[in-house]
Amino acid sequence: MSTQTPTQTEESSETDAEADVPSKGDERRDEKRRRAAEERARRQAEEAEKAAADEETVELKVFRYDPEVEGKQEPRFDTFHVPFTKGMTVLDALMYSRDTYDSSLTFRHSCRQAVCGSDAMFVNGGQKLACKTQIAELEQPIRVEPLPHAEVRKDLVVDMEHFYDQMEAVEPYFQTNEYPDGELEEQRQTRENREKIKMSTRCIWCSACMSSCNIAAGDNEYLGPAAINKAYRFAMDEREGEDIKQKRLEIIEQEHGVWRCQTQFSCTEVCPKDIPLTEHIQELKREAVKNNLKFW
Amino acid sequence: MHEHDVIVVGAGGAGLRAAIAAQEAGADVAIVSKLHPVRSHTGAAEGGINAALRDADSWEDHAYDTMKGSDYLGDAPAVEALCQESPEEVIQLEHWGMPFSREEDGRVSQRPFGGLSFPRTTYAGAETGHQMLHTMYEQVVKRGITVYDEWHVMELAVTDEDDPADRTCHGVVAYDIQSGEISGFRAENGVILATGGMGQVFDHTTNAVANTGDGVAMAYRAGAPMEDMEFIQFHPTTLPSTGVLISEGVRGEGGILYNEEGERFMFEHGYANNDGELASRDVVSRAELTEVNEGRGIEDEYVHLDMRHLGEERILDRLENILHLAEDFEGADGLTEPMPVKPGQHYAMGGIETNEFGETVIGGLYAAGECACASVHGANRLGGNALPELIVFGKRAGRHAAGEEMGEAEVTTGKDGDWEAADYEFETEVGETGGQGPAAADGGAVATDPDGVLEAEVERAEARVEELLSRKGRNHAEIRSTVQQTMTANVNVFREEGRLEKTLDDLREAREAYKDVAVSDPSRTFNTDLIHTMETRNILDIAEALTMGALARKEFRGAHWRKEHQERKDENWLKHTLVSWNDGEPELWYKPTILEGENKIYEPKNRSY
Repeated sequence: MSTQTPTQTEESSETDAEADVPSKGDERRDEKRRRAAEERARRQAEEAEKAAADEETVELKVFRYDPEVEGKQEPRFDTFHVPFTKGMTVLDALMYSRDTYDSSLTFRHSCRQAVCGSDAMFVNGGQKLACKTQIAELEQPIRVEPLPHAEVRKDLVVDMEHFYDQMEAVEPYFQTNEYPDGELEEQRQTRENREKIKMSTRCIWCSACMSSCNIAAGDNEYLGPAAINKAYRFAMDEREGEDIKQKRLEIIEQEHGVWRCQTQFSCTEVCPKDIPLTEHIQELKREAVKNNLKFW
Repeated sequence: MHEHDVIVVGAGGAGLRAAIAAQEAGADVAIVSKLHPVRSHTGAAEGGINAALRDADSWEDHAYDTMKGSDYLGDAPAVEALCQESPEEVIQLEHWGMPFSREEDGRVSQRPFGGLSFPRTTYAGAETGHQMLHTMYEQVVKRGITVYDEWHVMELAVTDEDDPADRTCHGVVAYDIQSGEISGFRAENGVILATGGMGQVFDHTTNAVANTGDGVAMAYRAGAPMEDMEFIQFHPTTLPSTGVLISEGVRGEGGILYNEEGERFMFEHGYANNDGELASRDVVSRAELTEVNEGRGIEDEYVHLDMRHLGEERILDRLENILHLAEDFEGADGLTEPMPVKPGQHYAMGGIETNEFGETVIGGLYAAGECACASVHGANRLGGNALPELIVFGKRAGRHAAGEEMGEAEVTTGKDGDWEAADYEFETEVGETGGQGPAAADGGAVATDPDGVLEAEVERAEARVEELLSRKGRNHAEIRSTVQQTMTANVNVFREEGRLEKTLDDLREAREAYKDVAVSDPSRTFNTDLIHTMETRNILDIAEALTMGALARKEFRGAHWRKEHQERKDENWLKHTLVSWNDGEPELWYKPTILEGENKIYEPKNRSY
């Protein structure tokens, strides 16, 4: 298991700071925490009973952590038993657990249809989008953890800032020096070229690839598969022109760029949108070599 | 406290476009959104963007189709703005690099869509919204526009004069989901609400979990009326088990609907003898449910959408995303079998009352996109008209808020023009029950200076969060689920008086229950329990106003069908329904529809397809 736990030192300093200013609210919250813990124990006992009586339930073991809640500062796994329904996804089971047993169970989710990219997690040891992962296809108990190689904020929520920083480091926006003359005229693009960049434009920024990448785990400055794919999306777009492509190749050729990739294909394997990430990285390497040869 | 010229709430298509426009007009602009921009639900839009780009087409034809589609409840100045400006906005997106589907000659492709007289829907496969959202977010990154992501806006900071038209919005109060910090965001020039849809009012919806109508509800409580809320679009092709959308593009490309007996019912049962599957969405949704109700549904629940005859090559080229959705969320292989579909809540035609520049009745408060009602969609939105609305009206609101001179509005807001009070007696009490948390302009602290108004609102928000976190009470989830179920059971495609009245009862009970709501997660870190609890208040306010409108409108127009009133009644009902919060005692009133356009009057015609 590779889930990272945040350092203890940060936590204790936060707790101290809070302890300096006790208020009625804090007392009430303490009381609530105690009550919540009792309630949770009671519900879990109930669940276990129910599960024993009914075989059509799914067992989930879910990673729990909260930096400021007593009993959750030490990471632990909670078990939830969820009645199985046909077509149920990991997200459905998590939502059921939250709405029925423990409203503090925390995970990002929004569209439920694999396009918002909010709910990438580590399910039975692999990076998956919870909303498009069928329960029926998983071995039980299902182990649900936050994405590895990212700092855990709470339960299944990880800090995405580093991922966003890398995405934004590749000048991820269309650039060209030449627009058509006519006021209402579009740039032309061949069907073949659109087809070439199509897969790369499907990225939903879920960061499953980054989480799966050994190189990214060891080199925090590595751009990572998603950001390089974003660069590919523009570098291969014929509408941008040769001069811009030149600039793009320089960006991805930097020290922490394409040459770090060791073609392990882990990113390609976990991508929920089936983007051939490793191939895109390899193609950029070839482009960069060709480009450098030109100037020899 | 954070300070900017313009604050945009929400980071989907309308919000991003508004922010870009405001920045281009010279404003210091910031976006505040409870989701990171690329998580916004614009990304789920599939079909396309209507734009009269070609010589054989014209904005006038687009406007005619839109007015007809709206069942003559659209306001012509807004409709014409949409149709005139959509082409330049689509070209703008292309110039920003959006990967549109292309013709052999390299130009942007267009396809037929329901209710259109010309194939004018531009698209990027069946993932147009995803491409549009990401293209615009790229521009936001390029411009270095400040984004406060995962900040949930709780309330607006609005002065509390008696007449909403005298009030001014000075900013918003938001809760940082990551840290639990509450902060004021002061807007020197204006606040633009771009919070999207409210599908979570229903339980079978294509909308995201985040689409809880926050902007509509907070503007309502601050005094801006909700307009035409009874008009909800139920999309005819959603997957039965999840509500995931199957694009109209499938029917646009030639997909066919069959009932259990294998009949092509749109023709064989006479629902739309000319346009068949490509009739307007309300027509197709009613046809499907009629088939099911008359015993010709499959498993008494759904019908079949078949695209196999289009062939693998065309499907992969234009509808590939549909194959993935049907496979992942319904286990159906669209290449070898028909896909099960049924109507699902999809879009709110109504929303915050605005004029054609996005201005609400409250000074400094704007709205654009699905949360707004200008109105371009009237009683029924045409497929492919939502995305252009985002970019056309997002841009307009952004420019106006940044202080650009844009002329006199023709659409009025508030009781500024003709209006009439509704003479409808609801059997159930509606509105404030007390104990549901504060509302801006609800007779709170009296402050007149902008900072004072904002600070007072921050204090109220802090007290509310403290209250929810510290007290003992019931969880919101059950209340939310009750609301969603009663709305889907009774305020769906088919509506009857008794059940609508019962819904108001149910909603009253839910409001009473909500008085005791509490958050059991004590954490200030990523407390989604708290966020969802606050959202549920918004769902309650919207569900109530929506049901009030549905009861009061005694006619059948567009998406609004009433059992007791089976005709469109133009002599009485060529008017918008408005519900004002009125400091907790909701008031229902009407204002006339504007059918007079730039060069012509859109005379209501029989709407047949």
